[in-house]
Amino acid sequence: MTFDVRFAVNVRPKDGILDPQGRAVEGSLGHLGIAGVSAVRVGRRIELTVAAADDRAARSIVERLASELLSNPLIESYGIEVLGAASSADSESSARAGAPA
Amino acid sequence: MSVRIGVVVFPGSNRDIDAVNALEVAGAEPVVLWHDDASLDGVAGVLIPGGFAYGDYLRAGVIARFSPIMRAVSSFAADGGLVLGICNGFQVLTEAHLLPGALLRNRGLRFVSREISIAAERLDTPFTDQLGDRRALRMPVAHGEGAFYADEATLDELEANGQVLFRYVHDDGSRAGGEEDRANPNGSLRAIAGVTNQAGNVAGLMPHPETAVEAVLGSADGLGIIASFVSSATGRGGFAGAKPVAAAAGR
Repeated sequence: MTFDVRFAVNVRPKDGILDPQGRAVEGSLGHLGIAGVSAVRVGRRIELTVAAADDRAARSIVERLASELLSNPLIESYGIEVLGAASSADSESSARAGAPA
Repeated sequence: MSVRIGVVVFPGSNRDIDAVNALEVAGAEPVVLWHDDASLDGVAGVLIPGGFAYGDYLRAGVIARFSPIMRAVSSFAADGGLVLGICNGFQVLTEAHLLPGALLRNRGLRFVSREISIAAERLDTPFTDQLGDRRALRMPVAHGEGAFYADEATLDELEANGQVLFRYVHDDGSRAGGEEDRANPNGSLRAIAGVTNQAGNVAGLMPHPETAVEAVLGSADGLGIIASFVSSATGRGGFAGAKPVAAAAGR
């Protein structure tokens, strides 16, 4: 039996990697009359639903997706958020504290 | 009989016809390979052309990496087969971990489409051994994500292993500077325009030698690279990756 879990994967440029998009956003702030904003980094957020036996299995699928496809580990890091179980019956089952993000 | 070289076509490839033309000019017989095929049709070398494979969605080259043809290309490369990736093909090969490093968004953020100069760092590789001497080669670049990146330790390792194949240079052949130097069109670290894998049988570069193979195209400086690749593939026809033509290539 499987149930659905909704995840978000947040991919961002690794610290120390120049982010030209962030730099461009930062450069535009002056045109808005905004001061005091710095270190802008532009990333990407991917939301997805995984059908799996439990939270741990679902999470390991997302980990694999995040590291092999959604991010390039040379230049990007990622974090995984659980947005919620689509099936409420399983809410207190198995640990969410599986693998670190 | 001319050597058969595969040209991989993904949905969104757009320099495949240029690659086919360049291979013909260099005396090879191009064989078009579709992304959904799991076989390389016995070719003696593989060229992955430029374009926007799978729309370049997510990251340039990443979705192409998981196509059936790329599994075949990976095992061909592991057997020592010659693979050349140009522009988007270079991005595909880095995403597939067949080449080191990554290609980041151009530092200036702009898509850059103009003629630049590169020079070969080595003249003894399968991709450069017909160039004859080290000089500035004029050819176009056309990309938005071509800034070569690897961490400092990897860059040092690439240099020490002789894996830096091409650098952006000024017209006099001197090495281009950083992103502020117009000769380095995308801000590539150490002005690196192309690299090889450690074994030396897989190479990628961002500029387009395949669109600079005849004077009528504005430059024929790219022909030496394509011709090196073709003649090296001819000599390597016996590699395990090139099964059906292995015997024929020896004639």
